[in-house]
Amino acid sequence: MKLKLATLALSALMAAAPAMAELVYPSLSYRTGPYAAGGIPFADGYADYFTLLNERDGGIGGVKAKVLECETGYSTEKGVECYESTKGEGALVYQPLSTGITYQLIPKVTADGIPMHTMGYGRTSAANGKVFSNVFNYPANYWNGASLAINHLLDINGGDIKGKKVALVYHNSAYGKEPIRTLEELAKKHGFELSLLAVDHPGQEQKSQWLQIRREKPDYVLMWGWGVMNQVAIQEAVNIRFPMENFIGIWWSGSENDVLPAGDAANGYKAVTFHNVGNDFPVFDDIQKYVVDTGKAAGAGDQIGTVLYNRGLYAAMLAAEATRKAQELSGNAQITAADMRNGMEALEITEERMTELGMPGFGPSFKVSCANHGGPGTGAIQQWDAAAKEWKLISDFGPSDMEVIQPLIDEDSMAYAKENNITPRDCN
Amino acid sequence: MSAEFYYGVEVFLNGLMAGVMYSLVALGFVLIFKASGIFNYAQGVMALFAAMTLVGLQTGQVPFSHLINATFGVHITHFGWELPALVAIFLTVLVMILFAFLVERLVLKHLVNQEPIILFMATIGLAYFMEGFGDLMWGSDIKKLDVGIPQGGNVWVENHTAFLGGDDFYGFYLDTLDIIAALVAIVLVTVLVLFSQYTKTGRALRAVADDHQAALSVGISLRTIWVIVWSIAGFVALVAGIMWGSKSGVQFSLSLIALKALPVLMLGGFTSIPGAIVGGLIIGVGEKMFDFLIGSPYLGGATENWFAYVLALLFLVFRPQGLFGEKIIERV
Repeated sequence: MKLKLATLALSALMAAAPAMAELVYPSLSYRTGPYAAGGIPFADGYADYFTLLNERDGGIGGVKAKVLECETGYSTEKGVECYESTKGEGALVYQPLSTGITYQLIPKVTADGIPMHTMGYGRTSAANGKVFSNVFNYPANYWNGASLAINHLLDINGGDIKGKKVALVYHNSAYGKEPIRTLEELAKKHGFELSLLAVDHPGQEQKSQWLQIRREKPDYVLMWGWGVMNQVAIQEAVNIRFPMENFIGIWWSGSENDVLPAGDAANGYKAVTFHNVGNDFPVFDDIQKYVVDTGKAAGAGDQIGTVLYNRGLYAAMLAAEATRKAQELSGNAQITAADMRNGMEALEITEERMTELGMPGFGPSFKVSCANHGGPGTGAIQQWDAAAKEWKLISDFGPSDMEVIQPLIDEDSMAYAKENNITPRDCN
Repeated sequence: MSAEFYYGVEVFLNGLMAGVMYSLVALGFVLIFKASGIFNYAQGVMALFAAMTLVGLQTGQVPFSHLINATFGVHITHFGWELPALVAIFLTVLVMILFAFLVERLVLKHLVNQEPIILFMATIGLAYFMEGFGDLMWGSDIKKLDVGIPQGGNVWVENHTAFLGGDDFYGFYLDTLDIIAALVAIVLVTVLVLFSQYTKTGRALRAVADDHQAALSVGISLRTIWVIVWSIAGFVALVAGIMWGSKSGVQFSLSLIALKALPVLMLGGFTSIPGAIVGGLIIGVGEKMFDFLIGSPYLGGATENWFAYVLALLFLVFRPQGLFGEKIIERV
């Protein structure tokens, strides 16, 4: 009996040993369900970048990276289950890829001391690191996105959009409602008329909303959609002959999936983005050589260079860079979640480093700090070229209106702190 | 009359059109329920699977290509040919007949004379299986569906009605795709009603619905009837898949159109083909007019999903069997 127990214990130790020598990145992905078409390329990009680091560089700081995928189906309940089932595996940072899941995980990750990165989604006011110690949403959040869309309207209207009519078509969920407050403030500041049109999940039927748009004839339509809502909205806009160049989506409404079903008629549709588009970056050559050609790609290898693949890859790159920083700060190659959090808070991305990584000009240069977990909030506008079947950047990366956004972040985060009895950290 | 009045009429007309689209989905449910007493939870997934198969065949996509590539280390995605839409539709109908045959052989055959709830549970399992199987076979990417049906606001209708409401009225907006869907639905319902009422097979379908054992005792082959009815439901699912898929592309969400059919069924009755149409029209008009008159101006919009159920429930208070459903009296 003793011998059996000893054998069991030894086996357990041996099984656990290799797991210790890994950097674990849970990926709460959704490869099934109504949002799978968006979830798959993001998850592929996220996984492929770590595979590249393992295959080309032998890991990060000599330690192999391991992506732990857990299928959420974009369901908040399943997302929380995934978190609970993976957090004990040495998880370094969570990427929930869902605003609903993010909201549920904020108190959990804070209690468990694990960082969470919600890049371009989640709770916007988490940018206030004094209140949200374990949540990061660099390099841009929804409110930056709203401001960047309005900045674009200012640009194309010579800086004056007073009296213009802007309609927001939004997913009737926590995600879709995020930009409303910011847009209302921006409407006051710039004097445009804002109208709100909610679309219920999943958004397969939007006739009422687009008849209203046809009646009211807004000058511009902004969209906060995801999944089928995007494709239907673009088709309905085409149907009512709304000018595509006056239709601007947030970055979650700006992938190839969203425009391809409408065919050539989607030409000219625009979207805000916080990273570059296409596959004309050296890192993709390495992905092809070390990941796809060796049969180690997470997917079929046919998503490389698409908007959502690039976003997943960018998220992985930021996680890997934060890991390097954490290794540097802690002096250990095998870091803990607490080290990772410190690494994320000290993360600095420079153009020089981006070039070294084979991603020159792919995303902004920025520095995260104790107080600012939200990054620079910069972005650009991309436009769909239906003939070439590709997105093109039509503006430079520019700043969002932090004069409007920062007070909103402070107000919302402080209200959260009060509700949850959180004493803001002293970041001085 | 003011422009606002005519915009109200426009919303009413679009409600009718939306109702027809809901009816197309509801029809599939009615057919199977009418003939076998099964509430087919998989009807939405059947629409998705049929549409995926249609696009796959039309574009010459290799089925299970991801699986083949991953297993054998090759990289094949397409055969290199494209099929005309009509040929692809015909082949898809054959696939749906094969599907019906397999459902009967592998699922229903083993559940003859079981409680309706058992059969319902079996269709839930079938739905989940089909979701995964469809993705495995054709991939989960969003596919453009183009069988040549035009869509977009009908310019002729717009131009010929623009004079009605003054300068602020732009003419009635009616989507050409919706108009075609309405015509298709009329033909489909007429054929189905005639088939159900006046053919020997149609009468056999109804006999099976009334009582499995009694139907068997008079020589009706339950298995053949089930194959026939699931084949017809598969065809209806294909039509619904084409109409809805043309708007949104073919993707998983197509299976969720079943949600739009439930209030239609509650209202129209689970056993009436005309009920599915009338129910669809009432739901379509009701939800659109409510959103136009009350939802958007006073409640922040997005009222259509829940209002459809409220409307159906209101009807149920007065007619629990639905407008056209059969009133079932059971002696205890």
